[in-house]
Amino acid sequence: MVKYCDLFYSFLKIGTFTLGGGYAMIPLMEQELVDRRQWMSREEFLDQLALSQSMPGVLAVNMATGLGYRLLGLRGALSAVAGNIVMPILFILLLAMLFRHFRDIPVVEHFFLGVRPAVVALIAAPVFRLAKSANVTWRTCWIPILSALLIWLFDVSPIIIILAAILLGFSYGRAQEAIKNRKANG
Amino acid sequence: MASGYALWILYFCKQLTMVFLQLFLTFLKIGLFTFGGGYAMIALIQSEVTINHHWLTPQEFTDILAVSQMTPGPVGINTATYTGYTAVLNAGYDTWLAVLGALLASLAVILLPMALMVVAVIFLKRMQGNKDVENIFRYLRKAVVGLIAAAALQLLSVDSFGQPALTMQFVLSLAIFAAVFVLSLRRVSPILLILGAGVLGIVAYAF
Repeated sequence: MVKYCDLFYSFLKIGTFTLGGGYAMIPLMEQELVDRRQWMSREEFLDQLALSQSMPGVLAVNMATGLGYRLLGLRGALSAVAGNIVMPILFILLLAMLFRHFRDIPVVEHFFLGVRPAVVALIAAPVFRLAKSANVTWRTCWIPILSALLIWLFDVSPIIIILAAILLGFSYGRAQEAIKNRKANG
Repeated sequence: MASGYALWILYFCKQLTMVFLQLFLTFLKIGLFTFGGGYAMIALIQSEVTINHHWLTPQEFTDILAVSQMTPGPVGINTATYTGYTAVLNAGYDTWLAVLGALLASLAVILLPMALMVVAVIFLKRMQGNKDVENIFRYLRKAVVGLIAAAALQLLSVDSFGQPALTMQFVLSLAIFAAVFVLSLRRVSPILLILGAGVLGIVAYAF
């Protein structure tokens, strides 16, 4: 029998000890919930992962919500999410408070002068890997390129790009379906 | 005298409510339109937080991205917390109201996705294998690649690299960028790369 406090504790552990963003949490969640606690099957976990990736929001929080809900309903979802985010929020609050006072110390300033170009590279590097997993080909590479240029050069809001992509995918799929049906009917 | 005081309190509350309301609505929007994880969220947060509302400078934004990589937790939550805190503080209020702002922004960014996820788990069977949903995601995923590229392009600026000239800062910045880009493709841990770049900065700029 899964208990709220166990669920909270498991996600607290995962949230506290994962550095490097939400994606790094996924293998830890799998290990904890599927292998160690055996609260759910691997299939159910992977189902939830696919669903979490196809819904809006922070991936780790989506996972905590879905997994918690599957195990213990609404209150389970709340316990898992609370456990998952409480330590990260405290860490950042502490840093935000301290950072104001330490920002102008030369050592800290120099540290961040070195770090800034590294951060840009860390964001640029996964673009090509992600393009591959999103099945971007020569025929479809105009979609990411046009999106990037519109945002970068013309300050178009990413929200507009997302809405446009949703509309495009929906109407293109429907159009293809219609053509297929017409051919099938002679 | 007393009425003047009451009026001042009223004005204070109204201004504060405006800041809190804007924070809440903005991060509600960011949460709802984030598809494809933390990196995809960066372009969105960037456009809202540094361009639309001027809550953070581009430099502060890059710094918080660096800090997010070194502290536990998802980038989206970290940025929401940090921005909420800084925005309220920059508007001239004290630390505790800023903490409240941080919590409010963090709550806002997860609220709608959580509600949608619960609904989605309930209706999971109906959504799986739906042709329309599949087609939408085929395009959405490609656009999200563009979103991440845009975030990187927007960060390629004077704020991160220094003035483009033959100065030590610019040359060193380019070198760090190139090295981290290559090492990151080879799956070296981002925490290690950020710490390395920071230590290099401390050593190089000390003289």
